[in-house]
Amino acid sequence: MTEEGLILKCENVTVDYDGFKALNSCNFSVHYNELRVVIGPNGAGKTTLLDVICGKTKPSAGKVTFGHNIELLGKNAEDITKLGVGRKFQAPSIYGNLSVWQNLDLSLKRASKGVFPTLVGRSSPAERERISEALETIGLTAQAHTRAGSLSHGQKQWLEIGMVILQDPSLLLVDEPVAGMSDKETEQTGRLLQSLSEKHAIVVIEHDMDFVRQIARIVTVLAEGTVICEGTVEKVQGDEHVREIYLGRAKVAH
Amino acid sequence: MPEQVAPQQDSRETISIYAMGFIFLVVLPLLNVLPSDDSWLHLSDFRLNQFGKFLAFGILALGLDLIWGYCGVLSLGQGVFFGFGAYCMGMYLALQIGKESVYGSDLPDFMVWNQFKELPLFWYPFKTFIGGLLGGILVPVIFATVFGFLAFRSRIKGVYFAIITQALAFAAWLVFNRNDTKLGGTNGLTDFKQLVGFRLADPSTQRGLYILTVLALAASYLLCRWIVASRAGKVLIAVRDSESRVTFSGYTPWNYKLFVFVVAAGLAGLSGMLYVPQVGIITPAMVGVLPSLEVVIWVAVGGRGTLIGAILGAVAVNYGRSLLTNYFPEAWPFILGGLFVIVVTVFPDGLVGMMRRFFGGGQAADLTMQKAPGER
Amino acid sequence: MRLRPSCWQCLVRPCSLGIEGGNELGRHYEKTLMRRVLCALAIVLPVLLPIGFAPGVVLAEDQPLEPALATPLDQALVDLQSEDAAVRDKAVAILIEQGDASLIPKLDDIRVVAGRAVRQAIKPVVDLLKNRANLSSDLPDFRRSAASDLAMTGRREAIPYLELAAAKEQVWWVKYAMEESAYFLGLAAEDHSIRLAAVKKLGELRSANSLPALKELVEAGNQAEATEQQKTLAAAAAVAVDQIESWSWWANIIETIFRGISLSSILLIMSLGLAVVFGLMGVINMAHGELMMVGAYATFVTQQAFIDWFSPDVFDWYFPVSLPIAFIAAAGSGWLLEATIIRFLYGRLLETLLATWGVSLILMQAARVYFGDLTAVIAPQALRGGAQVMVGVYLPYNRIFIILLSIICVVGIYYILFGSNLGMRVRAVTQNRNMSACLGIPTRKVDSYTFAFASGLAGIAGWALTMVGNVDPGLGQNYIVDSFMVVVTGGVGKLAGTIWASLGIGGLNKIIEPVTGAVYGKVFILIGVIMFLQWRPSGLFAAKGRSADA
Repeated sequence: MTEEGLILKCENVTVDYDGFKALNSCNFSVHYNELRVVIGPNGAGKTTLLDVICGKTKPSAGKVTFGHNIELLGKNAEDITKLGVGRKFQAPSIYGNLSVWQNLDLSLKRASKGVFPTLVGRSSPAERERISEALETIGLTAQAHTRAGSLSHGQKQWLEIGMVILQDPSLLLVDEPVAGMSDKETEQTGRLLQSLSEKHAIVVIEHDMDFVRQIARIVTVLAEGTVICEGTVEKVQGDEHVREIYLGRAKVAH
Repeated sequence: MPEQVAPQQDSRETISIYAMGFIFLVVLPLLNVLPSDDSWLHLSDFRLNQFGKFLAFGILALGLDLIWGYCGVLSLGQGVFFGFGAYCMGMYLALQIGKESVYGSDLPDFMVWNQFKELPLFWYPFKTFIGGLLGGILVPVIFATVFGFLAFRSRIKGVYFAIITQALAFAAWLVFNRNDTKLGGTNGLTDFKQLVGFRLADPSTQRGLYILTVLALAASYLLCRWIVASRAGKVLIAVRDSESRVTFSGYTPWNYKLFVFVVAAGLAGLSGMLYVPQVGIITPAMVGVLPSLEVVIWVAVGGRGTLIGAILGAVAVNYGRSLLTNYFPEAWPFILGGLFVIVVTVFPDGLVGMMRRFFGGGQAADLTMQKAPGER
Repeated sequence: MRLRPSCWQCLVRPCSLGIEGGNELGRHYEKTLMRRVLCALAIVLPVLLPIGFAPGVVLAEDQPLEPALATPLDQALVDLQSEDAAVRDKAVAILIEQGDASLIPKLDDIRVVAGRAVRQAIKPVVDLLKNRANLSSDLPDFRRSAASDLAMTGRREAIPYLELAAAKEQVWWVKYAMEESAYFLGLAAEDHSIRLAAVKKLGELRSANSLPALKELVEAGNQAEATEQQKTLAAAAAVAVDQIESWSWWANIIETIFRGISLSSILLIMSLGLAVVFGLMGVINMAHGELMMVGAYATFVTQQAFIDWFSPDVFDWYFPVSLPIAFIAAAGSGWLLEATIIRFLYGRLLETLLATWGVSLILMQAARVYFGDLTAVIAPQALRGGAQVMVGVYLPYNRIFIILLSIICVVGIYYILFGSNLGMRVRAVTQNRNMSACLGIPTRKVDSYTFAFASGLAGIAGWALTMVGNVDPGLGQNYIVDSFMVVVTGGVGKLAGTIWASLGIGGLNKIIEPVTGAVYGKVFILIGVIMFLQWRPSGLFAAKGRSADA
């Protein structure tokens, strides 16, 4: 996939929670095959931005265009998923009572996910092959038949990434993938995301600046519901406005 | 099959289900027929008939287990669907009484009593056995489709759904109690004489009904097992574990909930149809809030999220009740209430979970509803 | 002459609630005192202080001395038991003309041993004499129901009593009832002009009770063989019917609104506790209805204790005394329930539903075994009867009391939650348990206090419900489904949702009920709630924001 142009364009998106504007006419766009990192202090609206894109939250104003002029607002979450937007949540969101294999099998992109096709459908050898590959990628081959609920925190995060990959999305939204991971796991995750960005556009929300430096090409800084700065890691770190926001709150950037 | 979480558990369930099938289909009827009446091995007609009733309840429990145990949607209105099935069969049976009725009229007794001149229109389909049979399945299924569509489409979830279905059970109980519903009011339908030519008072008819119930239960079990083993069955569990993830995997959760709700309603209707000829009466008391909740306790006692647990629970709780109410009639509500409390707080996996723990092997599947992320 | 029974029952009801008309003389002073105390109590309620009471003021009233018996009356009493119908009728006439209430015990004695014909002869005598005496009762409600009862007897002998009493009467609605009854009896007069005047008067009075009788007159006049007199009567009656019907249309609307508000307040008072535990603690308490039952039985037990241990003069004080008892009994049960079961189930909504259902079964059966099925609480004087605000609109005091109580409870809860230190802690724990614990708030204690408090609210609801219904083991079950519908419709976020939802459901119920009947009314409400949830899946006032979706 080597398409040019924007895969996602958010224009003037506003989300209002009883008077608190989680997003305030936010403009945000992502190119095809781009790995974009979004940072920002707590309550800046990062997660809300992803919620809006994947259809979980309905904004009160604005426009979200996906790919070639597909309007996402007004569509429900499962339709947006089918269009090719994958979402990985902040807290690992997996099916604890199913095996790792079953978790991946359910997530695999299929022609129809209606009740009756799912009731009678069997996995084809090609589909099994894909699941095995994904297991390989996320390093859970040995745990394929373990109950997903008994995985470690990091493994759950990977499993969820694997589930999202199998949906074959053209845009991947990843919310704090390395929170609670050890350094080694963090590094592995970084490599995983980088290799994925060869085929998919990815938006990552992250706090860990070392991790951001490892993976990011372009960083977007969000504060109080709007984009205040966008550019390379160095540019963003040098920006006066950004320093102000962070130093006023916490020493995240060092 | 590489998809299995723990194949050894499944094979154990298969063995137990064969054993149960053998006991209920072969051993009990033989104990009823072969030994002489005074032998200690003899199973009386009364007891066999009672087991028939319990096994019919097993079908009802299977349906609830499917929607609650697997999909995590607690329906407190299963009694309503059971009632629909039971009343459909009851209407057919009531029309089969014919001239044998107390008043010697073609109309059922309560209609004569309430001075009906002719049969109400909606009774006509139940003049034939096929009508009763189809009605017993279709009425609950159609009703569940409409109700479920409205409820699930608007994303009424969890405890909200439980409360709405409970209100449904309450409303249905009120409606069935009314005389102008033309279903016999508080007294319900009773005094049945024959079913497709077989005399209901005849022990051999009851034996036949018992066998039929066992077979229907087996068929229902296989249906549920097929659903649970399919990928759709995994989606059901996935909905229970994390509904939002299911949405973001491209499935529409409410379609699955509706599907399983309708299947559960159909099973409840079947259960009601088998119940009526064996017990000989159906009243609104079987339709209300409490009977609907009792189904929940059968499943919880047996072990929710395991099909065999649902059947086991239905038989065990009802058998326990029939033993106890003979000796301590006033104690039963205490025991039932106590069961609710104890099962929920101490034994969330029920009998099956206890057995698994006892026999060891494989980790006991955590089938209790887990705290969903973000849920308080 | 046919009477519309429902109407008359409505008028007669205060009497049937009374123990015995004659024994109630001279207690209305105590009644007003009582009403004042109840109001004061209601104001102190939110603070929930245990209230000590001064012993009731004992009012002794001398019984009127029995007059010496005159011989004709004695003779009539004997004649009354005669085999001969003519002799009996004569005796009846004498007794009615000359007798008074003091004869009633004697007549009752005769009735016990007499045959059927004699009993039938005695009945109108007793009715007339008793009600005649009650016409001069000190209690307006008794005077009013006596007047209505006299109309029911259909004996024209009563007209002069009624006219006499009406002339002296001070309370307008009692006077109204007396005049209405007098004219109603006048409808059956032989003299045409009296009948015509009665018809006109009844029309002016907007007497709903005489509507069927007037309609009969209209019909009689429309028949082919009607006499001239019947025709004039019919014309007058038609005018009267029009007047009455347009008036009662308005009266009906006002009464429907009142009944709607009354049901809403009952729903509200029951749902408040539910909403508090559901909204603040995430617990579905199916045993809430049974905690109400505990409150109701606490009231009942207090009443029995007053009957057994105290003088009848202070009997009415059982009601205010039982308020703190009901609150404490229910709060205590709730505290125990929380400590033994619910605290293990926080965060698991459906589990709390099932476990508390089990508890409710146990409590219900315990009440059934211990108390049996039917027990009733006798309302104190102050809450019996009602206020006649206009012709055809009668507002029972017990309903007004519950409306006031529900308002007070709402204000109290708002005060406790948003104005007190405890409320702030409760809200803090609700929003962030761990942070609250870090700040030194004893979260366990806050949980158990909140639950106990909500259970106490159920106790108060049960206490109040004894005024409108029987105390029986099914008390909670009768209302629990409705109150859950209220909570679901209102949404769990805010108490305002519960208030609006109970107003909506209660009001709608009373609007639909006359059209469809109570049962289908409930069905329509269920359909309405489901449709409403289509539009707003998480109720009227849903919590929004990050933590919104569970």
